[in-house]
Amino acid sequence: MSTSTSTVPAPVPAPSPAAVEQKLRPDRKKSRGIYDVLGLLFAVVMAFPVYWLIISSLRPNHEIRSYDQTLWPSSLTFDNFARAVEQPNFSTAVQSSLIVSVTAVVGGMIIATLAALAIGRFRFFGRRALLMVLILVQMLPPTAMLIPIYAQLNAIGGLDEYWGLIVVYLVSTLPFAIIMIRGFVVNIPVELEESAMVDGCTRMGAFRRVIFPLLAPGLAAASIFALVNAWNEYLFAYILINDNSKYTLNVWLMTFTTERGTDYGALMASSTMIALPVVVFFMIIQKKMATGLTSGAVKG
Amino acid sequence: MKRKVSHVTAADTQEAAGPPAPPVPRDPKGTDGRPGPEKETVRATGKRRRRKGELLPFLLILPAIVAIAAVYAFPLTKTVIMSFQDMGRRELWTGESPPWVGFEQFTNILGDEEFWYVCGRTVLFMAVCVGLTMTIGLLVAMMMTRLSNWVRLTLTAALIAAWSMPLMVAASIFRWLSDSDYGLLNTLIAKVAGEDFLGHNWFLDPWQGFAIITLLVVWGAVPFVVITLYAALTQVPRELEEAAALDGADVRGIFRYVTWPVIRPVFVMVTTLSVIWDFNVFGQIWLLRGNKPEPEYETLGLYSFSKAFESTSFSQGTAIALITVLLLSGVAVFYLRQLMKTGEVE
Repeated sequence: MSTSTSTVPAPVPAPSPAAVEQKLRPDRKKSRGIYDVLGLLFAVVMAFPVYWLIISSLRPNHEIRSYDQTLWPSSLTFDNFARAVEQPNFSTAVQSSLIVSVTAVVGGMIIATLAALAIGRFRFFGRRALLMVLILVQMLPPTAMLIPIYAQLNAIGGLDEYWGLIVVYLVSTLPFAIIMIRGFVVNIPVELEESAMVDGCTRMGAFRRVIFPLLAPGLAAASIFALVNAWNEYLFAYILINDNSKYTLNVWLMTFTTERGTDYGALMASSTMIALPVVVFFMIIQKKMATGLTSGAVKG
Repeated sequence: MKRKVSHVTAADTQEAAGPPAPPVPRDPKGTDGRPGPEKETVRATGKRRRRKGELLPFLLILPAIVAIAAVYAFPLTKTVIMSFQDMGRRELWTGESPPWVGFEQFTNILGDEEFWYVCGRTVLFMAVCVGLTMTIGLLVAMMMTRLSNWVRLTLTAALIAAWSMPLMVAASIFRWLSDSDYGLLNTLIAKVAGEDFLGHNWFLDPWQGFAIITLLVVWGAVPFVVITLYAALTQVPRELEEAAALDGADVRGIFRYVTWPVIRPVFVMVTTLSVIWDFNVFGQIWLLRGNKPEPEYETLGLYSFSKAFESTSFSQGTAIALITVLLLSGVAVFYLRQLMKTGEVE
């Protein structure tokens, strides 16, 4: 709308709002058309790689190994998916990914909820400092921790073991999960808890019967967020796990690239399978996602 | 409030920017029926209890603190210690304590010409990525306020689809698009520039290679920036913009004096985060270069990684990581101060 505003001269004796509205309207409509076209163009640019992922996973292999790539496939096939699933270690990789990420998230959420209750409900010495530490550790470059963690796990026999990876993933979910859940805790009125306790609940009972049900949506959002992060992580998985049969999906994905080249059809099919649960989860929590990332904090 | 109602998607995104409020029915009468002001003071003191010597909060945060100490604090301390030692493959496997070497690792690194190239490359790459991301992000977010509803919904869906792609998957897609033999990019360019372009290897020349990597990074980062800035833009009161227009302000004036002051805190915050994220870019480069980045593709993170795991000089690796942390700490402190100003940390 502001494109039309420059045509309104300053010293004109104040026009009635209706007149201005009339003056602005035709212009606004025209410019909206231009913006709509630009907006659609940009949507196409952003969505194109995703489209290319899906379409490549479904097109026959002879079209993939072709010097003349076409935007539309001539026919659709599930051959690439079949090849992807037959790739060695597919099922163990699915298993590893699930074991590692689910365990890490469940453990992480329990610890994070306890800490979030403490930060959201009590004032205690070091509370602010703790919050700052939580925000700061999220900014550390992963390589700064990778080397000592590798050396330490090596020393205590945690390399090539699920638990080593689980501990790392679990703790890396903590900072944002604590801050995010705390945001929900702060929004639950203390009076609710107190009146439950007046009515004879113990503190534990008040938590279980009153706070927890109200906290559930927040917990769900935080766990999905954590699950997606753990599911997507590959650097620590790549360094800490060397045993083929314990590879997570992301590390397994690298096995499509060999000395003889890359099987792009199967790579795209596997990528589609890996991305699918993430996309579904993402759709569920997308509104909360932006908040979780801006500050790593939900205002309390 | 009325504006929110007329913009369905605006209201949706706005919700995202605010704290998620659980649907708690608040009894307006209160539990004790006392008059308003008094009740307010009760709540103010009751909200965060502070009892002397209460142990419960400390017990509650204890597991989190132990966990964070184990996986963040301890390794970070170890990074510092290792930087002043000389830990190689032998010490790693035998468990012997590595010899102390003082500042030798640092003097070696800072005296190495390659380190300075890597440093420059990292900063330049970060600056280009952040610049592109923020410019495109701001322009698209501003455009979004002017779109028809269905176009805005389509665009939001596209942004979220791009955003939700896991890094591994996104990198695979871009590697496939830029493949020298069968990549779509070469096919399309060859149609315009001639057959010679088929088989062009984008990664022979690091400048071209980094162009592809930048595309991947920016493509992945833009959705978050657009959605966050758009949420901020919906907070700009339209009446103010219209009043400024009536007073004769042009587009630039309205942006400078009405829009910008409102979105500035969010913009600064997102820029700072982008600086940190793009400085730490690791995966995109690593994956596009097939897990073995050539020296010309090394940024500080990769340089530290390859020193530690390729040359198995773990101490060199940690020393470089430590330098990276120090370089970034200024940005992190700035970010924290911004957060405190907006009251996120209270």
